[in-house]
Amino acid sequence: MEGMTIKQRLQALLRTLYFPIMAIIASLLVGSIVILFTSKSNPFVAYGHMFQGGFGTKRSFDATLTKAIPLMFTALSFSIAKRSGIINLGAQGQFTAGAISATAVGIYLTGLPAAIHLPLTLLAGFIGGSLFGFITAALKVKFGASELIVTIMLNYIAALLAAYFVTGPMLEQLPPYYPQSPAIPKTARLGSFIPGLNVHTGLLIVLGGVFLYYFYLWKTTSGFRMRVVGLNPTAGEYAGMSVARSTILSLFLAGGLAGLGGAVEIIAVQGRLMITSFSESFGFTGIAVALLGNLNPLGIVFSGILFGGISAGSLRMEVLTRDVNASVAEVIQALIILFIAGRMMFQIKRRRKMTTAADPDVQDDVLAEDTEGADTPLPEPAIEKAGDQA
Amino acid sequence: MASILEMKHITKRFGPVVANKDVSFSVEEGEVHALLGENGAGKSTLMNILFGLYEQTSGDIYYRGEPLNVRSPRDAIDRGIGMVHQHFMLIPAHSAIENVVLGYGGNKEVLDLKAAAKRFSEMADRYHMNIDPWEKVGKMSVGQQQRLEILKALYRDVDTLILDEPTAVLTPQEVEGLFDVIRQLIAEGKTVIFISHKLPEIMAICDRCTVLRQGEVAAAGLEVKSIKNLNELAHLMVGREVELVTAKTPSEPGEVILDVEDLNYINEKGIHVLKDVSFQVRAGEIVGVCGVDGNGQSELVKCLTGLLAPASGRVELLGKDVTHESAKNILDAGVGHIPEDRHKMGMVGAMNLRENIAMVDNYKEPYSTKGFMHWRWIDKHSRELVQKFSVKTPSIMEKAINLSGGNQQKMVVGRELSRETHLLIAVHPSRGLDIGATKYIQSQIVEARDRGAAVLMVSTELDEILEIPDRVLVIYGGRILACLEQAACSRNRLGLLMAGITEDDEEQPA
Repeated sequence: MEGMTIKQRLQALLRTLYFPIMAIIASLLVGSIVILFTSKSNPFVAYGHMFQGGFGTKRSFDATLTKAIPLMFTALSFSIAKRSGIINLGAQGQFTAGAISATAVGIYLTGLPAAIHLPLTLLAGFIGGSLFGFITAALKVKFGASELIVTIMLNYIAALLAAYFVTGPMLEQLPPYYPQSPAIPKTARLGSFIPGLNVHTGLLIVLGGVFLYYFYLWKTTSGFRMRVVGLNPTAGEYAGMSVARSTILSLFLAGGLAGLGGAVEIIAVQGRLMITSFSESFGFTGIAVALLGNLNPLGIVFSGILFGGISAGSLRMEVLTRDVNASVAEVIQALIILFIAGRMMFQIKRRRKMTTAADPDVQDDVLAEDTEGADTPLPEPAIEKAGDQA
Repeated sequence: MASILEMKHITKRFGPVVANKDVSFSVEEGEVHALLGENGAGKSTLMNILFGLYEQTSGDIYYRGEPLNVRSPRDAIDRGIGMVHQHFMLIPAHSAIENVVLGYGGNKEVLDLKAAAKRFSEMADRYHMNIDPWEKVGKMSVGQQQRLEILKALYRDVDTLILDEPTAVLTPQEVEGLFDVIRQLIAEGKTVIFISHKLPEIMAICDRCTVLRQGEVAAAGLEVKSIKNLNELAHLMVGREVELVTAKTPSEPGEVILDVEDLNYINEKGIHVLKDVSFQVRAGEIVGVCGVDGNGQSELVKCLTGLLAPASGRVELLGKDVTHESAKNILDAGVGHIPEDRHKMGMVGAMNLRENIAMVDNYKEPYSTKGFMHWRWIDKHSRELVQKFSVKTPSIMEKAINLSGGNQQKMVVGRELSRETHLLIAVHPSRGLDIGATKYIQSQIVEARDRGAAVLMVSTELDEILEIPDRVLVIYGGRILACLEQAACSRNRLGLLMAGITEDDEEQPA
């Protein structure tokens, strides 16, 4: 950024980090109340175990990174749609669709060398997810259907499709007929890339995705237009941009990224499609990761690792405290979303008067004040939309 | 007469910014006191302190001789101070009376709307305001909504009324109606504080005026009668000599750039919004479209720029039919468009200046090559544009929303004028801007004309319409009612036409 001293940059960085950090602290505090109520353990001791389990050792960090990979994919999915003004709640379904199509290519297109089979499998995952994204976009553009509802409904369709495939066409014909597909052959598997660690090449793929996300949105005209339309569709149309095009493209990419995540999860971690493959809510946790990361590329990486750490560490917490349930981790993750959504509450009150604004009349007045701008020398920093910093 | 309100040495800081610096403001009972100043001079801040929305950093307020320490608008209203904001605080889906009692139900547990409506109607009659208490606010005209806002304040028994830029949205005739109401309020012994930057209105209705400039008092309690000419006031307000008239030579119209023939537009509700609109704009002339908001101007411009599809008719640009072209192709053909609402259309508030400047031409060289943005060139271009159009900003990386309205508009105007334009469509180019910015933008529009561009300027401001265009079209109810040479325009004639009264109507006996 031009004309900014190091001090100003640091201040800007602190301002950006203020809300996420406050949200994390508040969630941990409320989470500790949950621990106090549901167990006899000291919350700080429990959190200590959780931290140890997530970040304490090389091995635990390895597990954290592995857990973070699918979350970063679904977070990217939510983020790229949100940048275009679309709320994509369908990452879970797109993830599932990607997993199904990757599995299909993995188990049916055998006999190919890995150099061809693996990329094809990944591509299949991308396409499977993007198809689901495209369905949403088509319904929205053509009939004005709300993407919120369509994406949520498609999540069910994807989950039921997966159940159908693993119990029907893809069922492994081996006793005792578990509801699962045959194992993905070696030629379509992703392995670890650091000897001695479990973390797999999917990490490199997702980091590549993060970089492309950044490069596309800020360096290309198409991404630039997507951001314009996302922040102000009326202005986009005025400037000759097509909102429909941006909607279709962003949902296509969003679905593709989630689908790629589903493919990676299957071919690198689970090894086959199973009825239990999607018992974890990769899609919804990804939304939390994206929001905590403020839709920012680096933010997504860091919050993905944090969330991966929380879920990796929760097991150690449960085992070592004996009475704290691992699902406290999910409570904390959910609380983070709540506190990010309600982040106005952490805003340091600039106008004391706003706190006394109890009746609706007054609040209206205050809101109108913000829109006037001209006579208001200090714009409220907190009214900026989620994810508008470049 | 005694002072009803004394604000003494008020200072208001927002962090490092001083919005009001040692401002003393004194209003006498029963007068209309104008608070005059450019945008950002601190008028609204001062009044928001009085109304309980802000708290002063230092200074004291006395109302009727007693210290006034309001913590919220409710307190202010309880003490007898009411305010009508520039942007109305009404709920469109509710009826007039529901809006009036909102937050003011008295102490009763059960809301008695009928009794309230009765009292409201009596009040409305007293002020000759014809408002049905059961009508939904959303169906009311802007003028009616404003009258409702005034009644809402009076219903709360205020005796001092602050009007924030009350005439910005009214036709000349509606302004007269508002002035009548103000006169009646004064006759009843009430006090009015009138915030404005329009000088003629202040001369017409106010007794005294206080001028703010950059947060400080430039003149306090001037008797309006003693002011000899407007330039004097303008000078006080801006702090330097201002040309109140934009320099302009007679136009030399050239070839036809824009040719509109029998344009009709029917909106999604089935309302026939534009009816057989035909006109031409030639190179080197400015054609003004004047009319009260909502008479089809907005749809006309959107049909011309490809944002709406006309039902029938023809739009030709440089001899080429562009009736059904996309917005992109029309912009590409050399149309510059200063849109009606810069916040909603003209810019992306959350984006920085350079991104806003690249918004329209992003896909073209040298903004980008083969789909990749050239931020380095855009930066250079943006810095030049910011300098050339004197946009006041800390840097081109500043978010557009953080600029003042005038500077946002300068950025939009600069962007559109620095594109290659044969036709410039400027919609409300000076809306909400102070005198300095208005004159600057008007002179830029005249300059574009002198360079040979055809200009179509839509405005509701009569002062602007009387001054800038070479020809004036009056639009009413979706029809072009008249096309006048500038010399044939007068305030009165345009005012009547804007209200839909043609000369034929006048001649006919009633």
